[in-house]
Amino acid sequence: MTRNLSAHLRRLEAESISIIYEVASEFRHPVMLYSIGKDSGVMLHLARKAFQPGRLPFPLMHVDTTWKFQEMIAFRDQIAKEFGFELIVHVNKEGLERGINPIDSGSALHTNVMKTEALKQALDAHGFDAAMGGARRDEEKSRAKERIFSFRGPNHTWDPRNQRPELWHLFNTKIRRGESMRVFPLSNWTELDVWQYILAEDIPLPSLYFAQERPVVNRAGSLIMVDDERFKLEPGEAPQMRRVRFRTLGCYPLCGAIESDAATVADIVLEMHSARTSERQGRLIDGDTSASMERKKREGYF
Amino acid sequence: MEMLDHRDAHSSDTPVASKDLLRFLTCGSVDDGKSTLIGRLLYDTKLILEDHMATLESDSRKFGTTGDEVDLALLLDGLEAEREQGITIDVAYRFFATGRRSFIVADTPGHEQYTRNMATGASNTDLAVLVLDARAGLRTQTQRHSVICSLLGIRHIVLAVNKMDLVGHDKEVFDRIVKDYVAFAASLPFTSVVPVPISARFGDNVTARSPNTPWYDGPTLLEHLETVDIESDVMAKPFRLAVQRVNRPSADYRGFAGRIASGRVHTGDQIVVARGGTVSTVSRIMGVDGDVEEAGAGDIVTVELAENIDVARGDLLGDPRERPVVADQFAAHIIWMAEEPLLPGRSYLMRVGTAWTLASVSTIKYKIDVADMTHLAAPTLSLNDIGVCNLSTSVPVAFDPYEENRETGCFILVDRETDHTVGAGMISFALRRATNIHREPLAADKSLRAHMKHQNPCILWFTGLSGSGKSTIARALEDRLTGAGYHTYMLDGDNLRHGINRDLGFTDADRVENIRRAGEVAKLFVDSGLIVLCALISPFRAERHMVRDLVEGDEFFEVFVETPLEECMRRDPKGLYLKAKSGALKNFTGIDSPYEVPEHPDLTLHTLEASPEALAEIVLRRLQDTGHLL
Repeated sequence: MTRNLSAHLRRLEAESISIIYEVASEFRHPVMLYSIGKDSGVMLHLARKAFQPGRLPFPLMHVDTTWKFQEMIAFRDQIAKEFGFELIVHVNKEGLERGINPIDSGSALHTNVMKTEALKQALDAHGFDAAMGGARRDEEKSRAKERIFSFRGPNHTWDPRNQRPELWHLFNTKIRRGESMRVFPLSNWTELDVWQYILAEDIPLPSLYFAQERPVVNRAGSLIMVDDERFKLEPGEAPQMRRVRFRTLGCYPLCGAIESDAATVADIVLEMHSARTSERQGRLIDGDTSASMERKKREGYF
Repeated sequence: MEMLDHRDAHSSDTPVASKDLLRFLTCGSVDDGKSTLIGRLLYDTKLILEDHMATLESDSRKFGTTGDEVDLALLLDGLEAEREQGITIDVAYRFFATGRRSFIVADTPGHEQYTRNMATGASNTDLAVLVLDARAGLRTQTQRHSVICSLLGIRHIVLAVNKMDLVGHDKEVFDRIVKDYVAFAASLPFTSVVPVPISARFGDNVTARSPNTPWYDGPTLLEHLETVDIESDVMAKPFRLAVQRVNRPSADYRGFAGRIASGRVHTGDQIVVARGGTVSTVSRIMGVDGDVEEAGAGDIVTVELAENIDVARGDLLGDPRERPVVADQFAAHIIWMAEEPLLPGRSYLMRVGTAWTLASVSTIKYKIDVADMTHLAAPTLSLNDIGVCNLSTSVPVAFDPYEENRETGCFILVDRETDHTVGAGMISFALRRATNIHREPLAADKSLRAHMKHQNPCILWFTGLSGSGKSTIARALEDRLTGAGYHTYMLDGDNLRHGINRDLGFTDADRVENIRRAGEVAKLFVDSGLIVLCALISPFRAERHMVRDLVEGDEFFEVFVETPLEECMRRDPKGLYLKAKSGALKNFTGIDSPYEVPEHPDLTLHTLEASPEALAEIVLRRLQDTGHLL
């Protein structure tokens, strides 16, 4: 058996698997949130390694806003089928009926209703007491202060000024009825770590991450891919074929593409070394104010 | 402690074979410039990306404290409250890499009330950068943080004397601070202390050598961080694995999974399950990529054993030639992290490795005054206090002294009512009395004695405000029971205070001890087969919980005597409420000391609605229903 993982990546891998074991052992009804992106892909890969040759002792859950790239949904269903995962898909039906969408409602309202509220609904409906997510501390400033085991009070609220101290690897997993835990096994990974690990472990990803000719329009400086007919073109606007890829995946009208020639994971790792903007930069939902992530997290966003 | 001289040791073209990781923290007093320093490191190593820089520029205009320049500290102070107040209130983790090393930085707060977060940052790091303001020199917080670093096992210190620009890059100022620090830290077990004169704001000696300090010929901060040798000897230590999970995908496969804390394990090795002392042979090791012959510290493994022995989550596997310590009493350093003080005798949840147990502090030997390292007597520990304590646990736990093994010698304490992490501990050694004194087996056992009395013993714990009617109901019940030929004993809080508890007052700490003693005495009576009626105010849930845990599950009844405070004050049988309200009596429950209402009492008696005799009857019937009266 040969592995080409650096000491640094091996250490991250072991730390994350150890965290996943803690969740599986200490909670009654845990779930792993699967958002189809690269971080989720790494987290899922780690979970498979943790429990081999057995099955995952928890289901996967995807909170679907109905505005994900079509390819993401196809990829999700194929992965679940191929590996035999139990997959729960949740959509905020109430939000759909209210006609909430990222284009007319604006990103803030759409995210709040179709992601934050939807996630809370789904966690409550299934009675999950711990939810693992692929967020990393290097993504954003308020994430940098997040605990690995992050306590949520009733109604999933996060109180950043009253977080439990987290020492050594001795996680305080105690919660009561109505409370829950969000757990971030990839807390200490950086974006570059994630890509290097994907390269070394050959983890499958949606092709949206890789450069291809895609139909895009330029909206306020962001290249938005026209993924289906719900995207209304403005007068005089026409999709152009550009060679682009995505650094993060989400709702397609909210994901800015970058122009790139990186067509393989190895290309991306190379490109990363010279990257001068952060991955969330393409995300339209964080742009409002620099504290917008903290506000969303207090409300229960992942 | 040795002052490292880098003039010869350091060479910038030393080849680095494979990139490894250094976890370090920055700490120091408030406003000494910790966040600015890390901002500077990220900025100078080109880790600040364009969109972060754009946010930074707009934030600097809004919140900045550096005039027209970009305020680098704003990069790290992530939470809104911090940006507004210009302080750091939580640990921020930052990541950067150079060609030589990857770094995880914990930026920890300087304010005293957030010292617990500093301890958090220190628990997982190997090196500390202590930032000082050159104008202020050594401060209490710097000393406190040094002590916390040393207690948490950090052996490498960088003394970053910051704001050198504000003292004219004066060598004498620098030398004096270094001398003061060395004198202070002489008794701390640091392996290396490396002082560097810097200006985080202007970048002097952070990543590039400063023209302003020609008298300084040591390494820049970054050079030192890239090359410092953090000797990692966890591989050479005895094998330890805390079982996280028993993996049982099929009937014939039973593996014990977890991350190896220290040492190595090879198939064919003997291992011991620390708590039971059972020894078995490793028949198979599965790593994350399949079967392996050998694995070492830091690796995730699933271990199969040749013999079918009892192993569960919470067990510590070890090398049978160098076994972990197993004890239920030990001495430890405790850093207290909660507003509520640590009360000796109160029971807390304790996590050691993957095991949860109950623990209480039996004695606080002293607390440490970090300013001059003296020992102070202390009845309790308050927020941010560091104490040396004796603890006892409800069941024996397996560990190594923290000085020998950072992975297996630490624990956290969790409040049983709030679930908050309230303390962090580092075990020093097991107490002799726990390891060598074994319980004397007694000739007649509890069930035999109970059988002779035609009853099953139990504790009826009457709790409620002073004057609620606890003793009156208990006496009425005792009359009924003895009249029917049952064997009882009554423990009344007031009477106990004349005898076994005469040395105790009414502070929270004494109240806890009062209940602990009453509980232990009640337990002895239960053991002798009696039905014990206890009438004590017992205002705190935690202590009532503690007494419940002293006996078997069906041997404790919490009886809440519920009488509104106004009614108790009206009755005031001993005139105590009158005294308390006039201020003549301090710490009186219900007046200036809290009563925590039982959340799930076994029985609630409403005294406004029925006579004491009728209420006693309710308790009697419950005892008949539960089979305690035969």
